[in-house]
Amino acid sequence: MAKTDYKSILSCLWYYIRPYRAKTFISIISAFISSLLTLFFPLLTGSAVDAIISGEGRLFMRILMMMAISVLLSSFFQYLMNLANNSLSFSVVRDIRRDAFAHLEKLPLSYIDSHSHGDAVSRITSDAEQVSDGLLMGFTQLFTGVITIAGTLVFMFAVNWVVALVVVFVTPLSIFSASFIAKRTFSLFYKQSEARGKQTSFINEMISGASTVSAYGKEEENQKRFDKINHEWAGLSLLSVFYSSLTNPVTRFVNSIVYTGVALSGGLAALSGLMTIGGLTTILSYASQYTKPFNEITGVMTEFQNAAASASRIFAFMDAEEEKDESSLPALSLEKGGVCFDDVSFSYVPERPLIKHLSLAIEPGMKVAIVGPTGAGKTTIINLLMRFYDPVSGRILIDGQDIASVKRSSVRSSFGMVLQETWLRTGTVRENITMGYPGADDEAVWKAVKLCHLDSFIASLPQGLDEMISDDNDGISQGQKQLLSIARVMLSDPGMLILDEATSSIDTRTEMHIQDAFMHLMEGRTSFIVAHRLQTIKNADLILVIDHGDVIEKGTHKSLMSQDSFYRNLYMSQFAKR
Amino acid sequence: MRITSFIKGYRKEAVLAPLFKLLEALFELSVPLAVASLIDDGIALGDRHHIIMMALLMVLLGVIGLCASVTAQYFSAKAATGFSERMKSALFQHIFSLSEKDRDSIGTPTLITRLTSDATLVQNGINMFLRLFMRSPFVVIGAAIMAFTVDKSLACTFLWVIPLLSVIVFLIMKVTIPMYRSAQKALDKILSRVRENLRGVRVLRAFSLENDEKKAFHAETEHLKSIQTSSGRISALLNPLTYAIVNIAIAVILLEGRRRYDISLVEAGAIVAVVNYMSQVLVELIKLANLIVTISRAIASAKRIESVFAIKPSMDDGDKSPSIPSGDVNAIEFSAVSMVYRDGGKPSLENVSFFARKGERIGVIGGTGSGKTTLVSLIPRFYDVSSGTVSVFGTDVRDWDRKALRSHIGYAAQKAVLFNGSVRDNMKWGRYDASDDEIDEALRLAEAYDFVHEMKGGLDAEIEENGRNLSGGQRQRLSIARALIRRPDILILDDTLSALDYQTESRVRDNLSSMPEMTVITVSQRTGSLRAMDRIIVLDKGRVDGIGKHEELLQSSEVYREIDKSQFGEDEDGEN
Repeated sequence: MAKTDYKSILSCLWYYIRPYRAKTFISIISAFISSLLTLFFPLLTGSAVDAIISGEGRLFMRILMMMAISVLLSSFFQYLMNLANNSLSFSVVRDIRRDAFAHLEKLPLSYIDSHSHGDAVSRITSDAEQVSDGLLMGFTQLFTGVITIAGTLVFMFAVNWVVALVVVFVTPLSIFSASFIAKRTFSLFYKQSEARGKQTSFINEMISGASTVSAYGKEEENQKRFDKINHEWAGLSLLSVFYSSLTNPVTRFVNSIVYTGVALSGGLAALSGLMTIGGLTTILSYASQYTKPFNEITGVMTEFQNAAASASRIFAFMDAEEEKDESSLPALSLEKGGVCFDDVSFSYVPERPLIKHLSLAIEPGMKVAIVGPTGAGKTTIINLLMRFYDPVSGRILIDGQDIASVKRSSVRSSFGMVLQETWLRTGTVRENITMGYPGADDEAVWKAVKLCHLDSFIASLPQGLDEMISDDNDGISQGQKQLLSIARVMLSDPGMLILDEATSSIDTRTEMHIQDAFMHLMEGRTSFIVAHRLQTIKNADLILVIDHGDVIEKGTHKSLMSQDSFYRNLYMSQFAKR
Repeated sequence: MRITSFIKGYRKEAVLAPLFKLLEALFELSVPLAVASLIDDGIALGDRHHIIMMALLMVLLGVIGLCASVTAQYFSAKAATGFSERMKSALFQHIFSLSEKDRDSIGTPTLITRLTSDATLVQNGINMFLRLFMRSPFVVIGAAIMAFTVDKSLACTFLWVIPLLSVIVFLIMKVTIPMYRSAQKALDKILSRVRENLRGVRVLRAFSLENDEKKAFHAETEHLKSIQTSSGRISALLNPLTYAIVNIAIAVILLEGRRRYDISLVEAGAIVAVVNYMSQVLVELIKLANLIVTISRAIASAKRIESVFAIKPSMDDGDKSPSIPSGDVNAIEFSAVSMVYRDGGKPSLENVSFFARKGERIGVIGGTGSGKTTLVSLIPRFYDVSSGTVSVFGTDVRDWDRKALRSHIGYAAQKAVLFNGSVRDNMKWGRYDASDDEIDEALRLAEAYDFVHEMKGGLDAEIEENGRNLSGGQRQRLSIARALIRRPDILILDDTLSALDYQTESRVRDNLSSMPEMTVITVSQRTGSLRAMDRIIVLDKGRVDGIGKHEELLQSSEVYREIDKSQFGEDEDGEN
């Protein structure tokens, strides 16, 4: 979506407002009634004063009763309108957030890996908030404003249609000046919103990496960088706040000029006897009453620019291409777990091909070890298997089914995956372990915990399994995080396994202790293991040695060791310096 | 710390903005006087010249009003953004002055919300406050005074209307402010969920949890909406209540007016005038009512921000920055160190004592969760000990100036954290003035030179947030290079070599031996990597099980022997 394409932003917004048509209707009707009553009230006051002067006691009391009733009704409908507007704007923003989040869940990994996380966070939180504020303000003031203007017009035409026509004729002047300002503020608001996103990214990155920041004593330099970003933002914020706040004084000024014009011409007309003084007074009072709602509406117009600018950033995020819709595809039916790479090529960036024409057939139940220097493309193979990324060409088949022609989620859930880069969610230890099997009872959880030798760690936590942990939290070692991830997979009982440096941070003794559990887990399951610790690899049925994205050697530990292989060199290097 | 102190430096703007706003109001109020004169003196006396003069005066009043108003808007925008800029800057600084432990206990997501959403709300509040909170009471009280000059007994109505309205505003604010705080808290949750779904995307998708996440997000947005709705239900009362009270007051004035008119104590004109003043109050208050929400939310957010400022860094900075003595000295010394992360939890380190002479190579080994990372993170004082002392070059780390202390230390963490920017930018974290040659040298030492220069752009190659576009091993090597480039006196490698293959690891270790002055602490899982160390510390469940050379430990430490044995299989094969 083009960022300044105002119409499409509005139509996107309308899409979200539409389900709440009933509330919109209530809001408009309430605004209508309460505005009319509000306009009606001064008339009653006038008649009441007249009744006082003429001494008509009963009429006076009747008018007073009507005033009371109109006040009650008007207040009631005002309240009703406020409630409808609240509910409307909060619901709309909730829905926008939900859709944005649902969209996030469908974005391909390639998008998530290459875009700033902080910026996406800013769109779903701050920008959505701006939309909510703008809508609320807009609904509350726009309807009442419009209705007040319409009502005043009617009254004016009733009193003096000539003056009414004059006023109608000069109205566009204030609208024009307001929209002149509004157009300019939109791009400022957009830039402000962008600057806010940039700032959020920086904040997110630095607070997430706070320990590294302090390890390198970068606080001051970061402060400078932050201040620079902050200053840029503040400049834009000042401009957009200032320009948008100009609408009110400027329209007010335009209106006061119009008012003066009416007064001058009316005065001169009265002087030449074309108009009475009383007539001029009436005209002037209506002219001033008429201009007031304009001041408010034009104010709303600029406020609304802010909301529109933020909305366009959210909608632009939602426009990013999703993973292909696959609701019509069948689920993968996992039988034995035979995996086949058929002429697979892949690259993250087109100009640097990483995997070139890889073909491989892996028998069901095989333990496949993938070894090779860092950066050789081992993790890429995992990315392809899990369909985090799709091959540029070629196919990957599981039990004869092309994984691109079945549901992504069914491919993913057929694997249990433990990565070197562990991730814990904010929640209890229990929630973290049962992520893959939410219904697990305590017995099952403890069994997995014991298999992973986590029991003493969990016992050392004040709340045990119910202790809150999170990825940002320190005090839990990388090794413990990996053990938790392993327990997670053990509990989920997957059909196949992917272990990408799954035990790299776990000490060898613990690793040995959980080895049995691991072996048991891998029994009969096709498993892909990336590891430098060659203990696990030695028992592999097939070892793939990868360098620069190519499989340069394959075989078993024995067969590879018996020749002068790359593998043998790699393997021997760990003992070279002893 | 009161958050309002950030207005310092913008005092001029903060004072001038409302003053100009008042000026505008005054000019606005004088327009009817000009019109009256136009009618009474101009038309009635047939003075054409006077009519034109009055019209010109009105234009002039309009121009001056415009100028005053524009100036006021500018000053209030300037004061509000200036305030916000300073506050954010100070908050950012404050967050980084806190210790790891403090930050952990607050939580990253809420810190982000406070620096973004909350700060924006406070800014809006100040902007509106400066624009209206001066003007509105002025107009209201001014109208009341004017009413009193007209007729005292009719104006008495103002005496109960104004306090009553104030009480209502006060009550509504009192009730809604805590609600707005919980709304911001709900926003923390939403932000946290979004952030987690970005960071944990692989794990969440691996478990196909997208739908559960959506459900949880649905519940969280619903929760926010329900808080917003219930606070909205209360703040929505303000407008109709104001309207009702003021108009009832008008009715009361009319009633009282009629009584006094009947006994000829008051003119009809006076009644109309007092009623008009009351209507003026209404117009002003309705304007204000919309802003009460803005102000209340600002106050709620200001409290949240203040609560972060209120957290005193749990670490006091020392002021010593001793020069590094030459010769054979203790680079690091732990005496009887214990460390507890969580109150009520078991200690992660218990009674640990050891020393490292300058230039020594020290290994740290032990089971998962035995306290290895905790031990090394006490050296740059990421955490404070619960008891005992840690000294670096003879000075307690708590007496060191933290920045000076850390400038002597190169720390390559287990989870390598890189930042968005070029390779060069990331390397300059280690030393800001490093030349390209020095960077290349450090990259060579860390065996990262080749892959960096294979990337498009070499040192200019862009690294994504968190180094997402690099493999685990590449990230670790860059983080080692970043630590080495500062030529630190103490190098800490916290299992940093774990993602490297054996060949690369041993090459890196070889390279390090060219820096004999540097004290190196290596945390490792593998006895093989530690064999050549001058001393190895064996940790077991937070306690020292033994300290010594490889061969000694094989004799003295049961734990070490077991660890070694667990790797023996590989060993044997290798030597065969």
